[in-house]
Amino acid sequence: MIFGMNGWITAALVFWLFAWALNEFLSRREFGNGFIQKSVNLFIPLLFGITLLVLWEGLVRGFNVSQILLPAPSLIWAKLSQSSSILWTDFRQTYLKAVISGYVMGCGAGFIVAILADRVPFLRKGLLPLGNFVASLPIIGLAPIMVLWFGFDWQSKAAIVVAMVFFPMLVNTVAGLAAADTMQKDLMRTYAASYFQTLLKLRLPAAMPFIFNALKINSTLALIGAIVAEFFGSPVSGLGFRISTEVGKLNVDMVWAAIAVSALAGSLSYGALALLERFVTFWHPSIRRG
Amino acid sequence: MSTLRQTIMPVLTVIAVIMAFWYAMVPVMNTPYERDQAVRDGRAMTTGQMIARTYAQEKPILPAPHQVLAEIVKTTIGLKVTSKRSLIYHAWVTLSSTLLGFAFGTTLGVLIAVGIVYSKALDKSLMPWIITSQTIPILAIAPMVVVVMAAIGVTGLLPKAIISTYLSFFPVAVGMVKGLTSPEPMQLDLMRTYHASGAQTFFKLRWPSALPYLFTSMKVAIAISLVGAIVGELPTGAQAGLGARLLGGSYYGQTIQIWSALFMAAALAAILVAIISFAHKQVLRRYGLVER
Repeated sequence: MIFGMNGWITAALVFWLFAWALNEFLSRREFGNGFIQKSVNLFIPLLFGITLLVLWEGLVRGFNVSQILLPAPSLIWAKLSQSSSILWTDFRQTYLKAVISGYVMGCGAGFIVAILADRVPFLRKGLLPLGNFVASLPIIGLAPIMVLWFGFDWQSKAAIVVAMVFFPMLVNTVAGLAAADTMQKDLMRTYAASYFQTLLKLRLPAAMPFIFNALKINSTLALIGAIVAEFFGSPVSGLGFRISTEVGKLNVDMVWAAIAVSALAGSLSYGALALLERFVTFWHPSIRRG
Repeated sequence: MSTLRQTIMPVLTVIAVIMAFWYAMVPVMNTPYERDQAVRDGRAMTTGQMIARTYAQEKPILPAPHQVLAEIVKTTIGLKVTSKRSLIYHAWVTLSSTLLGFAFGTTLGVLIAVGIVYSKALDKSLMPWIITSQTIPILAIAPMVVVVMAAIGVTGLLPKAIISTYLSFFPVAVGMVKGLTSPEPMQLDLMRTYHASGAQTFFKLRWPSALPYLFTSMKVAIAISLVGAIVGELPTGAQAGLGARLLGGSYYGQTIQIWSALFMAAALAAILVAIISFAHKQVLRRYGLVER
């Protein structure tokens, strides 16, 4: 017990103060070199994250917090690497099967209906207020009904994902299709461009920032929908299933491991979409350089 | 008259189409069960009788809208508010934790935003993590928060409110950062020429200009706060609240109960958002930001 209770707390607090001071120093300084500035801008939040983990570990160990209440990050990591095969099966069930298929179907349907609504003003006026209204409703509550209709397997989860991502996609795409300038549309007319040419060459590219906004919102919504739907019944795998059963057994470290996996999946898909957005909407002022 | 035709007619038409589709789907979804029953009892039924019966099942796969409405009326007006089966009682349980979480979340969001606006280090280190925190399917943590808090003796309103807090602080924090930084450099310079103190600049310039952003974010926050409260009620062994009604209904195949809880949740969401929109308009009017 050389490094006893207070040792952990002191070490964590010292690290925290040190990291805080360093971040304060770094964020006040201007670096001439662009590359160094970029790395520093990446380093600051990274250090903040590491500090949180160190504080968490130190305080949990120092105060002897019960494992049930909050396991230390090192324990969660140990559990994660121990049961990677179980978590991989869960990941495949929830993410690869339910989330991706539901996401593709829901976003696709939202996109197509948005194009139709854009073409038919009556439909747009009817659907948009409804879409905005539905966006504030707890759609996730449909989960038990979807489980009843489509069974326990991934199909019901995909169905709830479709229901959750459809309206954000619809509303954003319709807004995006209205984003092209009158001037630009007039230019297309002077070229005698057909409806489809205008759509493909002007209006869809102009709508891309809006569409990507919806895609990014939806990537998180889809994961949430699939996980919560599994609370209402699922086969014996899936991240939501794992979380709800292990919570019942008070295996909190396993729960945190499952949460870590879903957090990683959520952040990576968000990051991938953000990268794709940079690639597709390179012309947009928020991305364009110089 | 023209506004009526322009705005309300299309919405009503879409709703009417949805309702017609719903009524048309009821026999489609419920007939297999009815046919099974008929075969089992050795009864012969005409198609007309069969369809009529699909609209009056006790545990239909898809209940007809009027069945759901009847159930809502029965469980709201027909029962005492204190009854455990009263939908108003359950809605109140959900509403109270929604409001508590929303209040916490909004306060936390505003405080974080103020911190970020006034400290560059906080801006650079915290902001990326706030955004990352929302790419995490945080509702997954809901059952754990509830069960773990119950294990250390904290039950009832607080665990659910914590979930709602976590969900609702984000839109408020992001919106308020935008709002508090929305005054133009010219306006900030003017405050300096007035020799205004930091607090004066904050309360007389930054805060009023952030108010429109605050209300817009609050609309998102209250909706998501309600979702958090409902999901927070799922793992508590189905005691009370709209989430518990959903879970209980799905255990016992009480579909009409599920739908009535859903309708209630939707009504609650609509009312809460409407209240904030109303407050939004009132406050903006007092600040002279919209015309009377």
